[in-house]
Amino acid sequence: MSRLLSWKDLSAPVIAEAGNSVLYKTGGWRALKPVLDYSKCIKCLLCWFYCPEPAIKRHEDDSVEIDYDYCKGCGICANECPAKAITMVEEGVG
Amino acid sequence: MAVQIKVLREMPREELFAPGHRLCAGCGVPQLVRTVLKAVPGPKVVVTATGCLEVATTIFPYTSWKVPWVHNAFENAAATAAGIEAAFRALEKKRGVKRPKVIVFAGDGGTFDIGLQALSGALERGHDMIYICYDNEAYMNTGIQRSGATPRGAATTTSPAGRVIPGKLERKKEFMGIAIAHGVRYAATLNPAYPVDMFNKVAKAASIEGPTVLHYLAPCPTGWRADPSKSIEIARLAVLTRAWPLYEYDDGVYRINVLVKSPRPLEDYLKLQGRFAHLLQPENRQMLEQLKRDIEENWNRLLKLAGLA
Amino acid sequence: MSVAVQLKGQRRVGMSGNEAVAYAVKQADVDVIAAYPITPQTIIVERLADYVHDGELNASFIAVESEHSALSACVGASLAGARVFTATSSQGLALMWEITWIASALRTTIVMALANRALSAPINIHCSHDDAYAVRDAGWIQFFAENVQEAYDLTLIAFRVSEDKRVQFPSIVNLDGFVLSHSLEPLYVLEDEVVKELLPPKEPVNPIDPEKPMTYGPLALFDYYLEFKKAQAEAFKKVYPVILEVFREYEKFSGRRYEPVKTYGLEDADVAVLILGSSAGTARYVARRLRNKGEKVGVASLTLYRPFPVEDLVAKLKGVKALVVMDRSYSFGSPGAQLFMDVAAAFANESERPLLINAIYGLGGRDLLPEHVEEAFRRAQEAAKAGRVEEREVWLGVR
Repeated sequence: MSRLLSWKDLSAPVIAEAGNSVLYKTGGWRALKPVLDYSKCIKCLLCWFYCPEPAIKRHEDDSVEIDYDYCKGCGICANECPAKAITMVEEGVG
Repeated sequence: MAVQIKVLREMPREELFAPGHRLCAGCGVPQLVRTVLKAVPGPKVVVTATGCLEVATTIFPYTSWKVPWVHNAFENAAATAAGIEAAFRALEKKRGVKRPKVIVFAGDGGTFDIGLQALSGALERGHDMIYICYDNEAYMNTGIQRSGATPRGAATTTSPAGRVIPGKLERKKEFMGIAIAHGVRYAATLNPAYPVDMFNKVAKAASIEGPTVLHYLAPCPTGWRADPSKSIEIARLAVLTRAWPLYEYDDGVYRINVLVKSPRPLEDYLKLQGRFAHLLQPENRQMLEQLKRDIEENWNRLLKLAGLA
Repeated sequence: MSVAVQLKGQRRVGMSGNEAVAYAVKQADVDVIAAYPITPQTIIVERLADYVHDGELNASFIAVESEHSALSACVGASLAGARVFTATSSQGLALMWEITWIASALRTTIVMALANRALSAPINIHCSHDDAYAVRDAGWIQFFAENVQEAYDLTLIAFRVSEDKRVQFPSIVNLDGFVLSHSLEPLYVLEDEVVKELLPPKEPVNPIDPEKPMTYGPLALFDYYLEFKKAQAEAFKKVYPVILEVFREYEKFSGRRYEPVKTYGLEDADVAVLILGSSAGTARYVARRLRNKGEKVGVASLTLYRPFPVEDLVAKLKGVKALVVMDRSYSFGSPGAQLFMDVAAAFANESERPLLINAIYGLGGRDLLPEHVEEAFRRAQEAAKAGRVEEREVWLGVR
């Protein structure tokens, strides 16, 4: 994020830009990374629902895509996927 | 009439809750928030009590909220919401301002204990709001201290599993009963492992004029000392062991949404959580039996209320 | 206070302080009232309930279950863009104290009537200024009414000041418990149409709006909290000139001129007393008697307590050799009671300043009698003559 604001830039403690937490990429938190095998994915959307960030995008055709900018590597998606299409691998490997 | 869905894919796509927040990896709260913001139609304003959800999602200058969101203090979410609701009622009458639906998110801390008075007053006065308690069964944001929502036997930092006293001695406060005793027309329990059930109950609550209360089990890997990847699995086991009955109270009628006929042994639920590890030791057998009795009594009570006993 | 010369658009009525405040709130067409009863404020709340239930006031009346919830609801309502009012005293204010800081920092425009009452223990329902002083640091504008007319006028003025786009801070109107809250006095009230002109509907700044979603009340860590407080401090400093402007505007509507510092006899006074609230009248009565005997005494009283009128007070006390600061409260272990500390700080860097004596009086509704004020003046005169203060703290009327 850019420079810290001066008191002159502030008034009441109110944040006017809705949803700007997207500027803070929590992807750096993870030690494990989910990898999705699209050949196994049945588009059940459970991973999309269960992701706490959410860091799984749902596309128009209901296919999903992991957003590594925010994924914290919790592994819920891998644990819940009924098709076992997601594997957790060590971050920085493959 | 409330929009009801049959399958998960019917859940709306638009996200009004943005990533980039600092909730723990594996946190069980966002699933509730995302669902609520999708299931409640029209303009809305959210009030949140001090706690994990509030702190982690609004660290200046960032916010994860894409709806108007208000944080006042810890014990007054219901009172703050009452003020907002009353203000919009007046402004609607006097100047034709459109009245948004008021939604409150408060933890078990800000609901069962310090926040109970404000909630009681708001329910008694009949404000039009959906009050949702995300219950992770302890004061998690301050570091896992026991609350009135902590189940019997659970270890927290203020009810540790010590050599002499093995965890919390008192049973969990019966919150749904408290809400229903205030005469709300609709109250329901929610669980993240049952998304369609959750969505439909929230939508139903949103369609009712007046106060409604929802009670959500929020798995907390940090506080429950559990594997973060298992948050949803643990939440599901809470239902399947009858530890967390999924039911609703709808204008005087109790309906059990997931009728668990053959419950899984409670140990299946407990063994995944470090906060219950001591209960699986032989010297704490009595405490474990008491917890099982709490769960069985509660289940039988609900069966009777639902006319199924 | 100048004699009313402009009586057009006003009516002369008899009301108690509480009734007058409630009447002003009704005329101000508030949108939300959230209040909990406590003696001696109760009648304000009851009268407002009457107005709402009789259809005379179109407001949401929230019969909250505690004062803490009262102010909490007010914060929510103000953020939603409503004109908001509450009232309390003593223990009630103490209970809402947590929220008073939030109400200021979130820049709400809440107006509160405070029927000043002593803090327990022992429990006492009569007048002290403990409650007013207890929130002096929290960032609320504070007015003190000397009589029922002022209680009425200052309530209207408070709405006008708080909601001004250059202000956006909550206000308290202090009226002495029982002495003003319950005493029937004659006053002039403005006609409804005149109040409507003085107080058009609130034009909120950044209200809750689903079309423009904002986050109100985030967490600010150590990297931002300091800057937020500096911003709040600087904004609060901008309030004073607006208050003066509103006082002048109000004079046009009512013929009554308000000033932050009221003075009597200070043009040539050697000694003076400084006092808040209804007892200022007693002080002036004694001062007039003494002045008729040739003694050069004076009285200063504050209509505006926060922001503290530092420059104005220092200027008006120029030439006074000894000043008795009269406090209707006490601060244990402090270098003086609350108003004493305010005054001492105001004079801190002045090369010329009066000797200061702190007189504690009237706690728990104990009457301030003329002989007590005479004692105060006498002590000031002794100090002025000796060039020093022998006894810094005196409790008037204590057995």
